[in-house]
Amino acid sequence: MMPRAKLKAQKVEAAGALLAGRELPAGGAWITKARTAAAARVASMGLPSKRDEYWRYTDPRRLTAPAPEAAKLHVTDDEAPLFDGFDRLKLVFVDGVFDAQASDALALPGVEICTLADAARTDLHWARDLFGALEARGQAPVERSLASLNTAHATEGLLIRITATPPKPIALVYRRANLAGDAMVHHVIRVEGGAEATILENGPMAARFNQVTEVDIADGATLHHIRAQGRDHERAGITHLFAKLGAGAQLKSFTLSANGALVRNEAVIWLDGAEGSAHIAGATVGDGAFHHDDTVFVTHGAPRCESRQVFKKVLRHGAVGVFQGKILVDQIAQLTDGYQISQSLLLDEDAQFLAKPELEIYADDVKCSHGSTSGEIDHNQLFYLRARGVPEDRAKMLLVLAFLSEALEEIADPAYADDLRDRLESWFKRRS
Amino acid sequence: MAALDEVQLREGVDRETVETVQSMAGTYKHGWETEIEMEFAPKGLNEDIVRLISEKNKEPEWLLEWRLDAYRRWLSMESPDWAMLNIPEIDYQEQYYYAKPKSMAEKPKSLDDVDPKLLETYAKLGIPLKEQMLLAGVEGADEPRKVAVDAVFDSVSLGTTFQKELAAAGVIFCSISEAVQKHPELVKKYLGSVVPQNDNYFAALNSAVFSDGSFVYIPAGTRCPMELSTYFRINAENTGQFERTLIVAEKGSYVSYLEGCTAPKRDTNQLHAAVVEIVILEDAEVKYSTVQNWFPGDENGKGGIYNFVTKRADCREARAKVMWTQVETGSAITWKYPSCILRGDEAQGEFYSIAIANNWQQADTGTKMVHLGKNTRSRIVSKGISAGHAQNTYRGLVSMHPKASNSRNYTQCDSLLIGDKCGAHTVPYIEVRNASSRVEHEATTSKVDDDQLFYCRSRGMDEEEAVALVVNGFCKEVLQELPMEFAMEAQALVAISLEGSVG
Repeated sequence: MMPRAKLKAQKVEAAGALLAGRELPAGGAWITKARTAAAARVASMGLPSKRDEYWRYTDPRRLTAPAPEAAKLHVTDDEAPLFDGFDRLKLVFVDGVFDAQASDALALPGVEICTLADAARTDLHWARDLFGALEARGQAPVERSLASLNTAHATEGLLIRITATPPKPIALVYRRANLAGDAMVHHVIRVEGGAEATILENGPMAARFNQVTEVDIADGATLHHIRAQGRDHERAGITHLFAKLGAGAQLKSFTLSANGALVRNEAVIWLDGAEGSAHIAGATVGDGAFHHDDTVFVTHGAPRCESRQVFKKVLRHGAVGVFQGKILVDQIAQLTDGYQISQSLLLDEDAQFLAKPELEIYADDVKCSHGSTSGEIDHNQLFYLRARGVPEDRAKMLLVLAFLSEALEEIADPAYADDLRDRLESWFKRRS
Repeated sequence: MAALDEVQLREGVDRETVETVQSMAGTYKHGWETEIEMEFAPKGLNEDIVRLISEKNKEPEWLLEWRLDAYRRWLSMESPDWAMLNIPEIDYQEQYYYAKPKSMAEKPKSLDDVDPKLLETYAKLGIPLKEQMLLAGVEGADEPRKVAVDAVFDSVSLGTTFQKELAAAGVIFCSISEAVQKHPELVKKYLGSVVPQNDNYFAALNSAVFSDGSFVYIPAGTRCPMELSTYFRINAENTGQFERTLIVAEKGSYVSYLEGCTAPKRDTNQLHAAVVEIVILEDAEVKYSTVQNWFPGDENGKGGIYNFVTKRADCREARAKVMWTQVETGSAITWKYPSCILRGDEAQGEFYSIAIANNWQQADTGTKMVHLGKNTRSRIVSKGISAGHAQNTYRGLVSMHPKASNSRNYTQCDSLLIGDKCGAHTVPYIEVRNASSRVEHEATTSKVDDDQLFYCRSRGMDEEEAVALVVNGFCKEVLQELPMEFAMEAQALVAISLEGSVG
């Protein structure tokens, strides 16, 4: 075991080396203040290390290396992009850079949108109290220095303020053109009291990406977040979703992830107001050299809130699935209802599932439970279908889809869930 | 819970518990001290102390080297910080590492020669050191149950009962210091083979300074004719206890081993860092039960034992089986993870635990199930209860290695909170590296059910009785795995530990 002081010194040194000679992007006073503070956080925390307990199951080196590894482009011409059939406000990023030409105009009733690049040039912006602030709050009790790195250096992203329920969803579409793109994207979303909005995200962002999304959901507001990270076999990336919820606010976030050399999706959720509700769900399909990590931290900081974490992973051919989830219930958060389930289906001997589902509870009148299972396809279920004349491949596919469905059911609007389910089915048909 | 279950709660075990609670006025009944002249090694820890302990035990050269090696490794290690424990800095130079009653200067030939004061201590604790005596609470049984006892007082073993009868069966049950003299080849072969010296900080410390503990050897094909038991008593002030227990179960053998421990009430904290190693060969089975009742500190969190324990069973060969059962009610700080290495094919490991933390106690305890062999099975049932200002954490690992095909694990950990100033936490690690194994983990956290309390209260129980009863029901799955002698004590302890936590 390396002494703790030495490990810390190594991490700090690695951060220093990475940032040496790297100037902070230019901008107005508010953003410069946020970036400077974030850069100081990176310098004092250092970069994550495989020896950190928090990175026990995922090696962060591809994310912290000075330059990204090249990743072959994955051609998906044979299928229409997800959510294409929906009426939406489409905003396109190519290799993590906003593409105004390919995007719709930044106008939607009830919504104020501007790019981070434009906002950075202003002296004052509504996002000043949120940009980097939620990320900074998310540095305890565990350090997430890659998110601070993003706050300090990201120049791309969107600042979205929803003042009234918009008529259609806002769709962020990521495309990749570069073999070795290194994207840093930082979004801020604020949903004002009583409004309800849907944010869609789709596509592979870049060969390597570091995305931070800070979300503030005011009292009584609702945000639906549906993300499909696309098929992209060699990419590596990390995303952080920091969300705080006011009284009676709701968040429903769902992520579909398929393949990729390394993807870590972190969600850090604070239920700050009474009777808030946060549902974080994910479905993962891994085939081959694939490492997928869902790390979720939900803090109940007010009474009578509800949270659900539902994560399902189907893995084969050496794919590794990781789930680290936590429900923390503060002393004040009486009558909490917390639920967490993480399950994996291992389709062959090479797949791995590594999980750390945690509860940390300081209030006595709560109902919290978690479950985690791992195993192969249930032979009895398979036998049942086979006995009814379903061919083995089809029977297996049906069982895998049924397994993933529990996570898809966390999506409120069944139209999106169906779109994702159809896509999964077409992938399985092609692969099997 | 169905009404039927509640009726069952009322009948059977729980009535006894409630009566036991009523019969005991104090909260920690083993808090008295035996006044006796002691011989101490000089305070502090250095190589000379390690040499002194080795010399006192008349150890061979290899063991001294083994200890010194451990000590040097310990110096380069750091105290672990990952547990959810707030451990004040421990000054290892402010402790005594060896304390022995003066009357034990010459080793008594039999228990009859032991200082009566010491024997009284055990009588007062209810531990029978006379062979005709039986453990309290089991009188009236059809056939008297015999339990052989090794009594460890601070750093030395006073003696072991039923030695002759055990020897006739080929069983070796003695203190580890005696085993070093009489069975050096066995000790040399197995010592450190399950928990190596540098396994962790506290295991390294123990390896350097362990003074006594028990040694058990069950020969092939032997079913140990009685239950074996070791009773640990810390008595001297500012003295750490560092016992080391080694159990070897040869092919096809069986033994049930019980361990109990208490300490006087003191304002200062005392250190206890033990190591238990169990080697289980083909078809053998070991059942290890602990009732840990070290002084937990007073209601303001003053005093109490710091309990850092490494316990591990190595199921080396096919169909070896181990079962850990623990009732953890004592200690100011508990850091303890009895583990099972399921190396042989079809090996089995079981872990049943009740951890109760009240007042300012902190417990971080659980198990590791490391599945290496094919078709291995493990089961974990953990019940954590927090009251007062206490923090109680279940921490466990279930690891299915790539070659451990067709293995199974089932884990259930439930936490109960009594009062809104305490905490209950669950930190499981689940690592599945092959597809044919199945792992299931479930955990719940809740408070004492109001409906169940109401049910009891409406039948005339006062609140404290009612809580004791519901809690005992919550713990039932674990309590029923304990040997009878311990089950009685454990049930009483569950109620006592929670006294004063209601209202």
